[in-house]
Amino acid sequence: MTLFLASCVVAGIPLLFATVGELITEKSGNLNLGVEGMMLMGAVMGFLVSYNTSNPYLTLLAAIAAGAGGALIFAFLTVSLRANQVVTGLTLTIFGTGFAKFLGQPYLGSAVPGNVSEFFAKTSIPVLGDIPFIGPIFFQQDKFTYLAYIICAVAAVYMYKTRIGLNLKAVGENTSAADASGINVKLYKYVHILVGGALCGLGGAYLSIIRIPIWQEDVVNGRGWIAVALVIFVAWNPIKAFFGAILFGGLSIMGMKLQVLGLDFSQYLFDMIPYVATIIIVVFSTHKKKKESQPPQDLGNNYFREER
Amino acid sequence: MKKTLAILLALVLAMATLVSGCGSSDEGGEEGAAALKVGFIFIGATNDGGFTQSMYEGALAADEEFGDQMEFLYVENINDGDTSASTDAAVNLIDQGCNVIVGCSYGYMDALEALANSGDYDDITFLHFSGNKMNDTNFDNWFGSMEQARYLTGMAAAAVAEEGVVGYVAAHPYTEVQIGINAFTLGAQAVNPDIEVKVVYIGTWGDAEIEKTAAEQLIQAGAEVVCYHADSTATQIAAAEAGDVYAIGWNYPQNDCGDLYLTAAYWNTEKYFIPTFQAIMDGTFAPESHYGTMATGLIAIDDISDAVPADIKAEIEAVKAEMEAGTFNVFSGPIYYNDGTVLCEEGQALDRAGIWSITKEVKGVTAISN
Repeated sequence: MTLFLASCVVAGIPLLFATVGELITEKSGNLNLGVEGMMLMGAVMGFLVSYNTSNPYLTLLAAIAAGAGGALIFAFLTVSLRANQVVTGLTLTIFGTGFAKFLGQPYLGSAVPGNVSEFFAKTSIPVLGDIPFIGPIFFQQDKFTYLAYIICAVAAVYMYKTRIGLNLKAVGENTSAADASGINVKLYKYVHILVGGALCGLGGAYLSIIRIPIWQEDVVNGRGWIAVALVIFVAWNPIKAFFGAILFGGLSIMGMKLQVLGLDFSQYLFDMIPYVATIIIVVFSTHKKKKESQPPQDLGNNYFREER
Repeated sequence: MKKTLAILLALVLAMATLVSGCGSSDEGGEEGAAALKVGFIFIGATNDGGFTQSMYEGALAADEEFGDQMEFLYVENINDGDTSASTDAAVNLIDQGCNVIVGCSYGYMDALEALANSGDYDDITFLHFSGNKMNDTNFDNWFGSMEQARYLTGMAAAAVAEEGVVGYVAAHPYTEVQIGINAFTLGAQAVNPDIEVKVVYIGTWGDAEIEKTAAEQLIQAGAEVVCYHADSTATQIAAAEAGDVYAIGWNYPQNDCGDLYLTAAYWNTEKYFIPTFQAIMDGTFAPESHYGTMATGLIAIDDISDAVPADIKAEIEAVKAEMEAGTFNVFSGPIYYNDGTVLCEEGQALDRAGIWSITKEVKGVTAISN
């Protein structure tokens, strides 16, 4: 049981990175559907740099830069040029997929250097790792996972406890009011879209560096879309995202666990649940009109100051 | 103005994607010199360490064998679910002078059949891997008795599984996969009658992360050896990370788990390509539903690791020799399905048609297939 729950955490970590990234992006009022593409860009660049430099820090930087680079395209098109966000995001997904295939192709089957793998290797956190039940599940993981925990916690504090975080919320909820109150709307949007993209890039790198340390063409394989659904499922809340990601990660491997136990369930069924659950959540939250589970008011609308 | 720029940039993005999505390259000598110009359509990349690489290596070997008489072109990453893309790929290759087209995935079948029967390409020979369609003049399909290699790898697995638990990561509950599982299990039972083969169906042909997770679940459930019928070597990675679990490769002899690599069941495609291309050049080619075996060499296993005890290794070699001589049938009765029904009566053996009507797992397998 403990082992299985620990596997759920592992399956949830790439989702967690991408979900926190996407919800930060969406909090700034921009809907970036390029999560899958940015994850793949992070995955391939993280891998290439890791393979060629054997340096774990550069690996992380490359993944961050690649994800943010993808997001920069999106930000420039939607914030500066005010292109349609949905179309741009979808294009970014297609672009990122091609980008990863193209750059990664000569490296198919090549492995991440041993010292990078060792750097991120599973380590038990002193004290926390010794807590019965909780310890083996959460605190005997690889270092990349701990990075995800930290990012998730920092994001929560940032969004709810700092002035900048509250300003960000204002930008997403009512851009023109935020603008009128003197917030530099464009800067906020750019920064948060880039940070969001960087986190998606890290999510992709988790898959290509930690999970499958041998380059594979389609290492992300739809997880970016699950993250987009997760953002809605967790109602734009980073703390809920932590549990949501582990839950969705768990669902993605649940069918396999049950097969091993000899129980008659199909993996196809469990692959469906995240989407069904998201639809149910959307229906409920729309119906109940609960303020905190609504999307940012100005999500998806491009802001143009002179247009009133 | 800005809007135009935005549209333009979006277009550039889309174009860049298209350009980076496809690619092709060619090999071989001077133009127009070769009697045989072969065009290969691959579903993956030629260095994927798996299925496509096993096809590509066969092409290279044939090219080497025939020297100036043959050249070849190939296209990679052609989606076999997309009939029009498959057709375009084949037509492009023909336009570049290919007179033989080899489609290396099941999904190219309908596209190749349409071209072969269209009347426009009667002078082109189409060779299709894994399909069941053919015609009398220029359209052939080819596959092989992978059950033989699976049987031998099963023997190797049972030899090192001290507690008698083996894990099998399988794509879909589908006949080709189930033949492999069953043959593997029968081989394992030949060494250890009480062996348990735990199967997890992952519901996809290839998703490295899912494959690895499935292998990890099997290892947690006590598997001492893991093998797989899926695209990537992620199962081997899971074994390597566990540190004390052996793994068996598939499709191509690629070792991604060091000393824990037992052997691999793979396609040695040159054994089909070389005689077939020879026949085409000689004008003696007649389409058939080709079924390569250990005897023809299309079906092969990699060198067996020294982790397998010498006596079992000798047994494996003995069975392999019988297969090569054509005197060994993997599916010889009595064989029972794991729900108790009979797959093959005592004293009988399954022929190719019988093997390809398998729809369940045999006794000794724990699997949920629905």
